Amino acid sequence: MKKVLFYTNQFFGQIGGEEAAYTEPQIHEGPKGNANAFAPQLKDAKIVATILCGDNYYAENMETCRAFIREQVEAYHPDMLLAGPAFNAGRFGIACADACAFVQEQLGVQSLTAMYEENPALEMYRKSIYIMQAGKSAASMTKDAKRMADFANKLLAGEPVGLPKEEGYFPKGRRINVFAEKNGAVRAVDMLLAKIKGEPFETELEISMYDKVQPSTPVKDLRKAKVALLTSGGIVPRGNPDHIPAATAKVWGRYDLSGMTRLDAGDWESVHAGYDPVYANDDPNRVAPYNTMKELEKEGIIGEVYPYLCSTTGNSTSVADATRMGDEMVRQLKADGVEAVILTST
Amino acid sequence: MSLELRKVQVKDVVLGKENRFADGILFIDTGELETLIMEDQRIRSVSFDLARPGESARILPVKDVIEPRAKLEGGSTFPGMLSEKMTAGGKGITYALKGCVVTTTGPIVGFQEGLIDMSGPGADFTIFSRYINIVMIIDKHDDVNPHEHEEVVRVAGVKAAQYIGQIAVGCEDYEKTVYEWPAIGERYAMYPELPKVAYVCNCMSQGLLHDTYFYGRDTKKLIPAMVSPLEFMDGALVSGNCVSPGSKTTTFHHLNNAVIDELFHRHGKDLNFVGLVLNPMMVTLKEKYRGAMLVAELVESLGVEAAIITQEGFGNPTTDLMMACKNIEEKGVKTVIVTNEDAGTDGMSESLPDMVKEADAIVTTGNSNATILLPKVDRVIGKLEDIERVTGGNVDSIKPDGTLLVEIHGIMGSHNLQGNTLLTAITV
Repeated sequence: MKKVLFYTNQFFGQIGGEEAAYTEPQIHEGPKGNANAFAPQLKDAKIVATILCGDNYYAENMETCRAFIREQVEAYHPDMLLAGPAFNAGRFGIACADACAFVQEQLGVQSLTAMYEENPALEMYRKSIYIMQAGKSAASMTKDAKRMADFANKLLAGEPVGLPKEEGYFPKGRRINVFAEKNGAVRAVDMLLAKIKGEPFETELEISMYDKVQPSTPVKDLRKAKVALLTSGGIVPRGNPDHIPAATAKVWGRYDLSGMTRLDAGDWESVHAGYDPVYANDDPNRVAPYNTMKELEKEGIIGEVYPYLCSTTGNSTSVADATRMGDEMVRQLKADGVEAVILTST
Repeated sequence: MSLELRKVQVKDVVLGKENRFADGILFIDTGELETLIMEDQRIRSVSFDLARPGESARILPVKDVIEPRAKLEGGSTFPGMLSEKMTAGGKGITYALKGCVVTTTGPIVGFQEGLIDMSGPGADFTIFSRYINIVMIIDKHDDVNPHEHEEVVRVAGVKAAQYIGQIAVGCEDYEKTVYEWPAIGERYAMYPELPKVAYVCNCMSQGLLHDTYFYGRDTKKLIPAMVSPLEFMDGALVSGNCVSPGSKTTTFHHLNNAVIDELFHRHGKDLNFVGLVLNPMMVTLKEKYRGAMLVAELVESLGVEAAIITQEGFGNPTTDLMMACKNIEEKGVKTVIVTNEDAGTDGMSESLPDMVKEADAIVTTGNSNATILLPKVDRVIGKLEDIERVTGGNVDSIKPDGTLLVEIHGIMGSHNLQGNTLLTAITV
């Protein structure tokens, strides 16, 4: 028999309404309040205890609440934490999702909650835990409890989890490859005909809109500034000592250029698979113009050129990896007193 | 314009000392073929091998895959590639050998060459595992530079495909399909009750191993142009061994363009296939603006209601794709675009580096960054170590137990952006 720990709030735990929203966390043996809607539907599992907590208290005392939950997990050794459903209640949503994320990430306990699609907690936690679709208000409690219990039974039994639509959970945002029944061309024609007729169709990839990078304020006095050269053009010392891959790079290299006034052909090469590298190999300065930077330094236009080349291959690199590498580079450059950067692409 | 394709089913291939096609068995005189290939004095050596579906075999680094073809009346199967004289593609009678392909390999030219597994999990990710691969291993002389090296293997590939195609010319056992492409006014007037549809085919035009050839002309020297789909089917387009292996549009893909196939299949039933625009995607922003502008003008001039846009490559070409989509939609023409995605090995990143709000109907051919563990195979045709240098591989790809951990990017045509694959991606 698997053990389930239940989490609910003051209202559904039948302590009180808004006036009881500061109720401190408490534990009750067995199912209490709306946990009773779940208990009869769990297969080969029982609700061993119910945690009750006021929504305001949780929102304002998260660490205390997590510590309380940890104590209960250590006492009851549950196989799962079931929380909610939170419907469209924002604070309750955050409490449910936070409790779930905490036990799952910190204590390795499977968790499950549910809420309405506009609940603000959804976007905050959907990437890390299973959040199921629930109604807007408690009117759908019976229906939601049934769907949650069905999915909980599946998770507890270790059965393979179906797609978000089939199971009723919100997609976590992870793209996985699958084989379709029709090839891409046939699907494209089908989608086009639906679009022409004004029939509903589903794009296979949602439009994402990216953060616009705000340009920094101009360098006050370039003649005194330390300027670095960065490239996503894959220029590396010959032999590629850091093994930067030709595509999908997750690493970048920082190469000492002290004493050099240019990148000499033969000593440097392009390992980037996304463009014709012949001309870059003939003259690596074409992609990473260190020679020009040094000339500008000599002419006094740039105060000082940072004596390292920071380089990676920007080719099929995911936006997430590119953003992370950019952050890493900036940390290093800031520590080294660099004020401005020239970033060359291909 | 009318093209008769005679599809000949090849059940087996025998490499030997005679050219003959009988009972579905293709006999190839490799000695004579070698002599033909060696006419190019830049080649040091050429040899041949076979890899059959289901075999524990891996071919790499693969440059191009070509379907063997030949014209009944003679003339060039890949016009503009092998002779000075120009004949238009898409006319007359062409023999197409089904069930086998010419696969070019040999020392690596660049990072864009891929692998084909004939069995195991990797075989599911490439259509070429379903064909008998007639593998041509080409080695060049030391003084041949990378650009010439690419040309050497490209030309040798189409030469071999034409030579092998000619063996089946005259064979009586074939399946015939006749494709018609009347003058534009007639096409426009057909099926007035059905929606008029165009196809925009983006092709890479960006330098070594990123090029496409149209009647032998480097598409970097082309602007967007109206082309007949029958020309596509009949050898007017040859791959410059383009782009990373997974998103590679091989010459095979051009000859068997999946979108053209489907548009002809639905022509007269669900839609009226009115025209095709070839859009070379170049490196500079000005070229991209020019290309996207001209593509939209050409599509508008066709008077269509909707268009499918397919892609080749990723990264900067995504910008070409999005610009074309936006410009065409702004003409009031509805679009669907076909692209792969780079969502990271964990699938948690944004999928594309560029996006426009008009791109509300996208078909995805999968996340190219997803990894796959390929088992050790009995036989490697080519050089396994090259996986460390190509797209989709890295220095840790070859595991101590002989298995291979690669991104599906490294597998030939795994997420072909003309939609010639079942692969797609979903969000979980």
